[in-house]
Amino acid sequence: MINAIAPALPLHTAGKYVAAAYIVLLLLVVVYAAALAVRVAGMQRDIAALADAEAAAEEEQ
Amino acid sequence: MIHQSRSSSRGLWIQTVATVALLGVSLALVFFYAPLEAEQGFLQKIFYVHVPLAIVSLGAFVVGGLFAIQQLRTRSAEWDMRSCAVIDLGLAFAVAALICGSIWAKGSWGHWWVWNEPTLVSFLIIILLYAVYRPLRRSVEDPERQARFASVFAIVGAVFVPLNFIAVRASSAYLHPRVLGASSQLPGEMALTFLVSLAAMTLLFCTLYRFEIGVRRARASLRALRRRASRREQAAAAIAPAAPEASA
Repeated sequence: MINAIAPALPLHTAGKYVAAAYIVLLLLVVVYAAALAVRVAGMQRDIAALADAEAAAEEEQ
Repeated sequence: MIHQSRSSSRGLWIQTVATVALLGVSLALVFFYAPLEAEQGFLQKIFYVHVPLAIVSLGAFVVGGLFAIQQLRTRSAEWDMRSCAVIDLGLAFAVAALICGSIWAKGSWGHWWVWNEPTLVSFLIIILLYAVYRPLRRSVEDPERQARFASVFAIVGAVFVPLNFIAVRASSAYLHPRVLGASSQLPGEMALTFLVSLAAMTLLFCTLYRFEIGVRRARASLRALRRRASRREQAAAAIAPAAPEASA
């Protein structure tokens, strides 16, 4: 049944589908890395703000 | 503590390198070692990314349920964080598996989606089920209640996943080829390539999970530091007006 519905595709036809599927995997990793980078950058900003507040408090004392 | 953190980050670095290497090996096997499948030809190469993604995502949902059981037993925020991280990543892998499967379906069957295919529809139901997990967490403000509700949800989901898998396999009318079990007809080279791809995908998941947990722990520590700083500020503000009265 599958044979009738889906005969073997030649490389030039199947290639784009295979490439698209592997690009999905690549995108998964890249998007995750980008999201991670955004979160780490946010944390770095928070740490800098905390350090500034700490320094200001020490100066006041 | 610092020594432990350094050895942990070194371990993560080694794991990341191992993940990249194993992904490279699996891609080499897929494109240069595994033979072309007789019926689908080159298009069948999608199988080595689609099926491992789906298996890892379903496994992640079950692991998320096991972590949730630990959370309910210990009431620990750490287990809640682990369960949440595993489920979030599992959902990302499941969506990627669904997109890959849809691309494969278009190339193979000529349609992006086939509604009378039980494997596809059941997988979509699982994704929709877990898509509710995040909104559920956000709808509860109290952290303890949030963790408890999320854990119960994760356990129910983890029970549903294998039941769903068994129900679909028991179904008679399907187009999807069976990969696991006695009905699998993968030749040796294809089976080896598939197993290496599955191992690579599992390792990728574990590495991303460790990064995720690292970021979540750091964020939790930062939140605790911020709370401590704001308490100190409040205490200082409370003492400051009292000082002139004391001197008077």
